[in-house]
Amino acid sequence: MNTMTHLERLEAISVHILREAYREFRSLVMLWSIGKDSTVLLWLARKAFFGHVPFPLLHVDTGFKIPEMIAFRDRVALEWHLDLIVGRNRKAAETGKTFPDGALTRVECCRALKSEALKHTLSGEWPRLRMDRAAGRLVPEENPEAFSGVIVGARADEEGSRSKERYFSARDRRSEWDVGDQPPELWRQYKTDFAPGTHVRIHPLLDWTELNIWEYIERENIPVIPLYFDRGDGKRYRSLGCAPCTGPVDSTASTVAEIVAELRTGKFRDIAERSGREQDKEDGGGLETLRRGGYM
Amino acid sequence: MSARRDAEPITIVMAGHVDHGKSTVIGRLLVETDALPKGKLAQVQATCRRHARPFEYAFLLDALKDEQAQGITIDAARCFFRTARRRYTLIDAPGHIEFLKNMITGASRAEAALLVIDAKEGIRENSKRHGYMLSMLGLRQLSVLVNKMDLVDYRQDVFEAVRRDYAAFLQRLGIEPASFIPVSGMRGANIAARAAETPWYTGPTVLEQIDGFQRREFPSSLPFRLPVQDIYKFTDQGDDRRIVTGTIETGTIAVGDAVVFQPSGKTSRIRSIEYFNGPARRAAAAGEAPGFTLDTQIYVKPGEWMVRADDRPMQVGTRFRANLFWMGHAPMIRGKAYKLKLGALRSPVQLIEVLAVLDATELGTVANKQQVDRHDVAEVVLETPKPVAFDAASEIEQTGRLAIVDDYEIAGAGIVLAGVAARDSTLQEHIRAREVAWKSSAIPRTERTAAYGHGAKFVVFTGADEARGEACARALERTLFKMNYKAYYLGMESVTRGLDADLRVPGDVRDDHIRRLGELARILTDSGQIFITSVSGVDGYDLRTLEMLNRPHEILTVCVDENPSAGLHTDLRLDPALDAEQAAAAVCRLLRRKNVIMDYII
Repeated sequence: MNTMTHLERLEAISVHILREAYREFRSLVMLWSIGKDSTVLLWLARKAFFGHVPFPLLHVDTGFKIPEMIAFRDRVALEWHLDLIVGRNRKAAETGKTFPDGALTRVECCRALKSEALKHTLSGEWPRLRMDRAAGRLVPEENPEAFSGVIVGARADEEGSRSKERYFSARDRRSEWDVGDQPPELWRQYKTDFAPGTHVRIHPLLDWTELNIWEYIERENIPVIPLYFDRGDGKRYRSLGCAPCTGPVDSTASTVAEIVAELRTGKFRDIAERSGREQDKEDGGGLETLRRGGYM
Repeated sequence: MSARRDAEPITIVMAGHVDHGKSTVIGRLLVETDALPKGKLAQVQATCRRHARPFEYAFLLDALKDEQAQGITIDAARCFFRTARRRYTLIDAPGHIEFLKNMITGASRAEAALLVIDAKEGIRENSKRHGYMLSMLGLRQLSVLVNKMDLVDYRQDVFEAVRRDYAAFLQRLGIEPASFIPVSGMRGANIAARAAETPWYTGPTVLEQIDGFQRREFPSSLPFRLPVQDIYKFTDQGDDRRIVTGTIETGTIAVGDAVVFQPSGKTSRIRSIEYFNGPARRAAAAGEAPGFTLDTQIYVKPGEWMVRADDRPMQVGTRFRANLFWMGHAPMIRGKAYKLKLGALRSPVQLIEVLAVLDATELGTVANKQQVDRHDVAEVVLETPKPVAFDAASEIEQTGRLAIVDDYEIAGAGIVLAGVAARDSTLQEHIRAREVAWKSSAIPRTERTAAYGHGAKFVVFTGADEARGEACARALERTLFKMNYKAYYLGMESVTRGLDADLRVPGDVRDDHIRRLGELARILTDSGQIFITSVSGVDGYDLRTLEMLNRPHEILTVCVDENPSAGLHTDLRLDPALDAEQAAAAVCRLLRRKNVIMDYII
């Protein structure tokens, strides 16, 4: 009998799902929020494809991201030869229709700057920027194509609605999710046949927990943004989002090993990761409301 | 870091009939193991106060709004907890029959199962159906929780009656449960602590039982089986590796091992085992998903199996018997095109025969049925147009598993029981029936040959170079026409856009294109013509299909590639130096040799 460690098993499942997605979808894209989960997902893609990432990475930039995230993104994109695409809701940003501008609630702001921006960037309706690796900068993309397969780093342990996701999850033309009628998944067989016009979200990290993510970052020595570590003020980010809605937590963990210890037996073992995300608290099922409308 | 590492985590599924209290048991487990994120319990209690509902443990799981409204679990929700021994993922599978596909999804991810039966209500339909599903899914590590013992005053005779009946049922499925535990999710009896109300019970508590479950190990002692998921050749940054990938189902393999690809039969040897960001590996085993480079450049397709040459080979055939569980809204019927997924293979598949429909709850057989309805478990015969490789599930469970896709949806799942000798394939049956019904022309073939000055022939140009195939085929048409022969060229594109315009079945419509081309050839050769076509990307099986369909007339196959893929045997292989005219002349010489056209006519 082959006894694999839990991380080895998780890795093998994720790699299998990524290869399945690449086999089945020609217009495939991976969402990259620059956070730890989607950076692990990106690393798993390099595992699955032996050092290559054979599809573009999409970052939806709300314009309110912490500046270090953007610097990290561009550096890694060049180092790993990534095909980076950036999309955003320009209109909302230009007209001040956002939460930080006082015009929207937090949930409405997420919907406009993330869900809407994502939907229209995926479809190619809104302009995109694409990394010109030779020039080392983002340039407007000519004739953006529509993506039908979207790889997302959602984890089942994050929040109630995510615990019901499938590895391969169909969304209809309006990006809506029918939670009650989802396809069966068994024996490494997933729903990979879709009617034209459907787009599909692929969730290779569904079985991973926050602790697994950090254990894997430690094992593989994956680069992550320094914002996750305490840099002397006794605070660090546990979850990264937009600056106005994400706060650091009190923690002195300054290395990956210390974060792993903190999650395994220390102060965070019983506290939900998204507790620092304000939009989740706004209505009864904030994230679920957002997810039905296309939030990742 | 803590000095002592926990045991590796495992995943457990909760199964059982609707309303037998699965969610309550889970909610209680989460509270007892102190597993809830801080604030979660308070949040749910606050929601209950706001909606003026009494708090229930089940609400902790029912994270989605519409679920709380309906009061039933509609999907397999995951939650996480830990005991002193290890971490757990608990999957709450729905008990309502409408959501059986969700139960299966949950159960297929699990390594052990807790099956909940209501002590008061007793064994119900889905208690048994879920037991059957667990056995079919290969999940044999099971404990039965006889729940709601508080409602029957913790009576031992009630517990024993459920245990006796359900153990007898499981025995027929070949499952020996690890334990039967009398519990009350509501009161917490025998969940974490032994209940004072059941002094007659000496077995484990639920927490003790799950700590005793074993993790699933990957069967590395069985023959080596790798479903070929894909073949990569990424050229970025000067990478010249051609890598065969997949997740190893069973067995082990090492660098230097000779391998066979099935069903194609191609052979090679493992040159290297590829793994990104890790030390070089000499061997790999079941459960792992590495890449392989081979000693020789052979053309294999995703969907084949890579097996070790010194292991027992897989069965190869077009027909097999399977046990199938049907989840589709529409029944599975004969004559309809479905898609088979078996390992990494995707193939068209048809239902040939329904041998028996099992009543999953009684394990009896239902009388003659011609179709497989939603939630039926049936023994069927399936057939693929081309040979596929498989193992009988009784020999290797992992590689005898299949799924059936109907109109974009996974509608069926099952296991292969045995291969069926393909003495009468559907194609042969079809041709026989067609020829019996065929009304022969009043003009005998010999008269036609004499009048036209040549025999009929179906000439197929094939090979990867599509443009060259078409150019040669057109040149042949022109050459023959100039000699006053009745020759006609029709390209594949003209058929797919015309005659085949109605073909929109999901899956591989290519087989249907081939079939119709063959039927068209049968008609045109029957009219005495030399029918010429060019098709690219066909394999030996396609050519045989065309040859059979064109019977009783004859076929001539011409390959335009310099290095045709193995297994593709054609009557003529064209020298790549020949231009289209010269190629046409070469084919004419062969036609003369075969007495299709005669020299003295010219």
